[in-house]
Amino acid sequence: MSDKVKETTTTITTGDAPAAPREPSAQERAWEENTLRPTPEKSPERQSEFTTISGYPIRRLYTPADLPGWDPNRDLGFPGEPPYTRGIHSTMHRGRLWTMRQFAGFGTAEDTNQRFRYLLAQGQTGLSTAFDLPTLMGYDSDHPLSEGEVGKCGVAISSLADMEVLFDKIPLANVTTSMTINSPAAVIWAMYLAVAEKQGADWKKLSGTLQNDILKEYIAQKEYIYPPEPSMRLVIDTFEFGVKNTPKFNPISISGYHIREAGSTAIQELAFTLRDGMEYVEYGMRRGLDVDQFVPQLSFFFNAHNDFFEEIAKYRAARRIWHKAMVERYGAKNPRTWALRFHTQTAGCSLTAQQPYNNVVRTAIQALAAVLGGTQSLHTNSLDEAWALPTEFAATIALRTQQIIAHETGVTNTVDPLGGSYFVETLTNEVERGAWDYIEKIDAMGGMVAAIERSYPQREIAEASYKYQVAVDKKEKIIVGVNDYVATEKPLDILQIDESVARRQAERLSKLRADRSKAEVDRRLSALRKAAEGKDNLMPFLFDAVKAYATVGEVCDTLREVFGTYEEVAIT
Amino acid sequence: MPEKKIRVLIAKPGLDGHDRGAKIIARALRDAGMEVIYTGLRQTPEMIASAAVQEDVDVIGLSILSGAHNTICPQLMNLLREKGMNDVTVLVGGIIPEADIPAMKQSGIAEIFLPGTSTQDIVEFIHKRLAR
Repeated sequence: MSDKVKETTTTITTGDAPAAPREPSAQERAWEENTLRPTPEKSPERQSEFTTISGYPIRRLYTPADLPGWDPNRDLGFPGEPPYTRGIHSTMHRGRLWTMRQFAGFGTAEDTNQRFRYLLAQGQTGLSTAFDLPTLMGYDSDHPLSEGEVGKCGVAISSLADMEVLFDKIPLANVTTSMTINSPAAVIWAMYLAVAEKQGADWKKLSGTLQNDILKEYIAQKEYIYPPEPSMRLVIDTFEFGVKNTPKFNPISISGYHIREAGSTAIQELAFTLRDGMEYVEYGMRRGLDVDQFVPQLSFFFNAHNDFFEEIAKYRAARRIWHKAMVERYGAKNPRTWALRFHTQTAGCSLTAQQPYNNVVRTAIQALAAVLGGTQSLHTNSLDEAWALPTEFAATIALRTQQIIAHETGVTNTVDPLGGSYFVETLTNEVERGAWDYIEKIDAMGGMVAAIERSYPQREIAEASYKYQVAVDKKEKIIVGVNDYVATEKPLDILQIDESVARRQAERLSKLRADRSKAEVDRRLSALRKAAEGKDNLMPFLFDAVKAYATVGEVCDTLREVFGTYEEVAIT
Repeated sequence: MPEKKIRVLIAKPGLDGHDRGAKIIARALRDAGMEVIYTGLRQTPEMIASAAVQEDVDVIGLSILSGAHNTICPQLMNLLREKGMNDVTVLVGGIIPEADIPAMKQSGIAEIFLPGTSTQDIVEFIHKRLAR
């Protein structure tokens, strides 16, 4: 066999079926002999190995030989039924398009409220809120550490007053909102619920999502405040509260997006996210919650990176893994517990500062992968992602990208169009297998909190991200416009956030502190502190505190006093 | 006589926790033979300036993606001047609008590295700048 034809005799595993040798049919062998073998000698393949962006090797051709023992009824199934490979609803996007939910937020609550209403008017079907770094880290806009940061990465929210402005003229009863907030998530949720109450919305019908996934903060995004155990207590408090009070609200969005942005591979993204999910399930069950009651409210959030088929395989594998885990590990009986629901965001880290209009193309292809993978909700990044927060112009193109996919491409005409593809089904199997390997490794460490404490996922991610950078620097991975097809270009018009935002926030906070009852705030913060020291569910106490206009910083500081703060061991 | 290794402080100033780039640069510089100290997250300009003095570094690399560069950089440059660290090379990597770059360079920042920069370019810049 010519060495230009790399024969990969591999063993194949289908999910957890034992490894089977790859046995090409007689016709395939004939093809290899008669048609393939002569070809490389005349026109060799462009690379000695072809891999996914995560480094996973890909064969020249996928045939039935790659799916020995593959059973369409067991492994593929039908949409809306276990194992959910094809999707969680029987009609998927024929029945209802994914929610077009563009992440937005900058400056003051007024600025963001305007952008929210603009995007809704342009046809987006759900809201998604980006908060600024001070808010994310539990500091008021006028805290010394907030200097220079107010309104720069998202909207500045320091109190319920800001939250009321944020949702001005937006009826929370009719619009679903996602809030990307983690350490102070319960506090911000309390504010959201207070706004909803003020608007007369019924909590039992209120729908939306709180990101509130603290495990991935330790692993990747690093917006932690408190140590793991009290942080998990806060998260489970939201689950418990959610089951009783907001059955249609997702109190968590268990995220792989950030793990991928930090540089993980697709398989690591999948494995760490789902294992985080299992950790939350276990903590919830230890609290005494019924798995079939609270787990249906848990949602997920994945990245949509450049490698089209690897991403599609990832989403399909995710649904299969989750179903299996819920049944086998936790004895779940409710189909709504088994069915993994997810939001997707196209990969910010894949977008370039150079030739930014190319990013429209990247985002479109990534979005297409998410749609073909069966996402329930989608955010598409803007072309100026590598330079600043999106301008209105750039955000509009990003939204139009989704609308074009939905209405012009025909991909929503049928459910799971790629089902049955030898390549996609093989890749789904292999991504699933790779993820289970990681999941079992973390099990053996004692679970995800234990794995985080020994920096396991953090090190895996650092390693993967470095390996990728080395490949890019060596031009083994081409990034158009960056390490090839380079061109000189004019600067882009970008969104500027000026320092007047900080000033306006400071003024607003002064007024707030003057207008509210300090005695009432102190009383409620005191009650919160006492509850935090005990075992009560903190949501009612947070709700009381924010309604008296205690600020984000005051509430978070109260919890800092009780829970302490966390610092990671920095590994490079 | 073996040359003294180049000493670099890689710092994450401000509230932002996105450290993928900072960690990669730290490792790349280490692989290139430099001694690298990574401060970890959420460093104030005071903490960074103190660490730079304490560690007696030749280079400070700041990773800033949060838009807070126009606050952080002048504060740091002032502190370095106050502490007599006039010879240290200060580099910034991250998300910096092109319009802000001239002022940063005027304040004494040697170079700003935007997304897409290769690690070799940073290594070469440091070697060239320090003439070793």
